[in-house]
Amino acid sequence: MIALIDYGAGNLTSVRKALSALGAEHRTPTMPGELAEAQAIIVPGVGHFQATARLDEAWRQAILAKVEAGCPLLGVCVGMQWLYEGSTEAPDVPGLGLLKGRCERLPDREASGARLKVPHVGWNSLEPCRKSPLLDGIEPGAQVYFTHSYAGPVTEETEAATEYGTRFAALVARGRVAGMQFHPEKSGVAGLRLLRNFLEGISSHSDAVETDHRLSRRP
Amino acid sequence: MLSKRIIACLDVRNGVVVKGVQFEGLRQAGDPAALARRYNTEGIDELVILDVTATIESRRALADTIHQVAQEIFIPLTVGGGIRSEADADAAVEAGADKVSLNTAALKTPELLTRLASRYGSQAVVVAIDAKRAEGGYAVYARSGQTAASRDAVEWAREAESRGAGEILLTSIDRDGTRSGFDCEMTAAVSNAVSIPVIASGGAGGFDDFVDVFTRGCADAALAASIFHYSESAVHDLKAHLRAHGIPVRL
Repeated sequence: MIALIDYGAGNLTSVRKALSALGAEHRTPTMPGELAEAQAIIVPGVGHFQATARLDEAWRQAILAKVEAGCPLLGVCVGMQWLYEGSTEAPDVPGLGLLKGRCERLPDREASGARLKVPHVGWNSLEPCRKSPLLDGIEPGAQVYFTHSYAGPVTEETEAATEYGTRFAALVARGRVAGMQFHPEKSGVAGLRLLRNFLEGISSHSDAVETDHRLSRRP
Repeated sequence: MLSKRIIACLDVRNGVVVKGVQFEGLRQAGDPAALARRYNTEGIDELVILDVTATIESRRALADTIHQVAQEIFIPLTVGGGIRSEADADAAVEAGADKVSLNTAALKTPELLTRLASRYGSQAVVVAIDAKRAEGGYAVYARSGQTAASRDAVEWAREAESRGAGEILLTSIDRDGTRSGFDCEMTAAVSNAVSIPVIASGGAGGFDDFVDVFTRGCADAALAASIFHYSESAVHDLKAHLRAHGIPVRL
């Protein structure tokens, strides 16, 4: 079961639909304690970084404990930004700090001086930065749907970057923690494939847990 | 590089697409879900479902239509037509809309934009502006072009942005249905006045009209309905044409 975290930032309908289309069982826990049985956690999100403040200390601790235990975690859009140390959008709201760096506002000028609209809305391309199972079946330059004004920096944890006035992290991964700045649930075939790649990582995690369990029972 | 978006509009009434749909081989002609599926396969970037009657009876049909389309198509879906309250917006979002488009209600109650933006995020709030050329500017009309709103399109677009709108869907009443090209001057005037994306609508006749609106018109996206009905490959052919003219698209 995948736990879909609802912190009141927009609607979860499209993420739920995409997970159902991929055959993934999902639930929206109402209490941090309900995360215990989750095989993976998805933090979706649209809107303002401030909204993540609704995930209080109990939620933060429950999510961090699951990650510590090896549970895969995916943050989407603002949910991904929350995985960093923080964001200039709401400087007083701490991120989870699982990824290095802070999110900054996208520039409103190209290097050439040409005006750029912020928010960045629409389809833009993914440039892979390294080989990653999350990018299986995704052609370099494949386009996905973005809608955001803030973004995380390109670091050694970035799997794919996107260019909009600056290069920012579109897809990140560190161990079993992943983030997608775009909306995979709104990105057509490419988006569903990226989501499926994440889900396939979960089943390999569950297999690993099962294997560990069997090993531990061996006399 | 950010692509220019091509958006198809489905005008529906009581669950049926009302503008002439002439796809060959489309078994359920007029079925919005079938048409949406078709456009999606052809590579459309986004869909808008517009309830052209917006009566109480058509509301349920609309919710069914949104649900059907949203169930199988994973690209952004906007719903408009008769959204007058938070409850109307909730129903559309609940059924599967990613964005709601407001026109008359936003003119009458601009605070509604702010309330919807704080509930769903600005990215979910589209303000539809219907305007025509007037002395010294562009006059906004409400009620499907029936009533002058005594507002200028550029000024209203700025206010809508400041109140929380995330996109502007700008329709030229002068050009709508004429197939004589988008109103590029009006589109550029609005697009350059705001930081949110502007979707140009009204007047699409040929592929070069799209080249014009993305260059001279400074549009971020362009919306059309009937132009996509004539050939099964219209969306793809249009995008290939745009790319050949140096305009970034998703192909």
